[in-house]
Amino acid sequence: MRVVIVGCGRVGAHIASALDRRGDDVTIIDINPNAFTRLDEDFSGLAIRGTGIDEDVLRSANITSADAFLAVTNRDNTNLMAAQVAREVFGVPTVAARVYDPVRAEIFANLGIITICPTTTISNLLLDALETPPARRS
Amino acid sequence: MYVIVVGGGKVGYYLAWNLVDQGFEVLVIERQPAKAEAIREHLGAVVMVGDGAEASVLEAAGAVRADVVIATTGEDEDNLIVCQVAKRRFDVERVIARVNNPKNEQLFKRLGIDATVSQTNVLLHLIEQRLIPDGLTRLLTLQHQEIEIVELKVGADSPVVGRRLSEIRLPPDCVFSAINRGEHIIIPTGQTRLEAGDDVIAVTRTERESELRRLLVGV
Repeated sequence: MRVVIVGCGRVGAHIASALDRRGDDVTIIDINPNAFTRLDEDFSGLAIRGTGIDEDVLRSANITSADAFLAVTNRDNTNLMAAQVAREVFGVPTVAARVYDPVRAEIFANLGIITICPTTTISNLLLDALETPPARRS
Repeated sequence: MYVIVVGGGKVGYYLAWNLVDQGFEVLVIERQPAKAEAIREHLGAVVMVGDGAEASVLEAAGAVRADVVIATTGEDEDNLIVCQVAKRRFDVERVIARVNNPKNEQLFKRLGIDATVSQTNVLLHLIEQRLIPDGLTRLLTLQHQEIEIVELKVGADSPVVGRRLSEIRLPPDCVFSAINRGEHIIIPTGQTRLEAGDDVIAVTRTERESELRRLLVGV
């Protein structure tokens, strides 16, 4: 599978390294070249310095032949714009974006973009943890 | 008419100032409290602190009754999302985005933004006209640069000189709206004859511009 990832923070670097290890063809984009130090030492994919909302940068990342696109910078608006470019301009089949704001995640979920909202996901996990009966001490 | 301006930088501030001056109801949404305070000092209580891409902020700003939302920040991604949230969530009739990277003008149109303004392109056109006067001045571009209103000076060698408008074969999708002749403004009919030196105000599709210029200016 060919995957293009925008944002090489903790999440971006983690997914990029994991996909690379399992043999997928990964290209990761970040505005800050220092971010690439988060990747595995033996990362064999392509790392491109640039902004993920720029069509030319995306083209240089071979987005035209990508099967999937993930936008995981730390900015909701950047992720949503990059995802729309991937979907609308380049027609990437699977497009997902991390969106911290639950309302924005909902608004853009109907546009052929999978929006993942860490705020609600993590809140729900924490609420579940509260419901779980405490383990007995031995 | 109620206008919400998102972004209280230089562009947002001067825009709001002009809109207030023209009697519009205006609200500026600015993220930085210090900038918002500066606007409040100059323009009065027409500013609120917040992130204009946040639905709760737009709601508090009364976006449901806004006629226009204009996003003027220095970041294209913010301007795009502000406009899309305003349109999708609050059914704002007209959303306008400032475009910082001229490459994004077409993209924004594709993504549902009603109008875009690219300072870079505006400046570029102005500079081109000053540097290379070719008998055509772009007065206004509309619909994401698909349509423009231009002024053309009829050249002495042009084939249209002395002919009635009804006899002139215009390129498709071009119309003449007015003719400036010396002191007079003529609203043309088919019987109006063109003279050398006339300034013709025309509405044209952008791709017909050079055809129209060759016809009227004759170069």
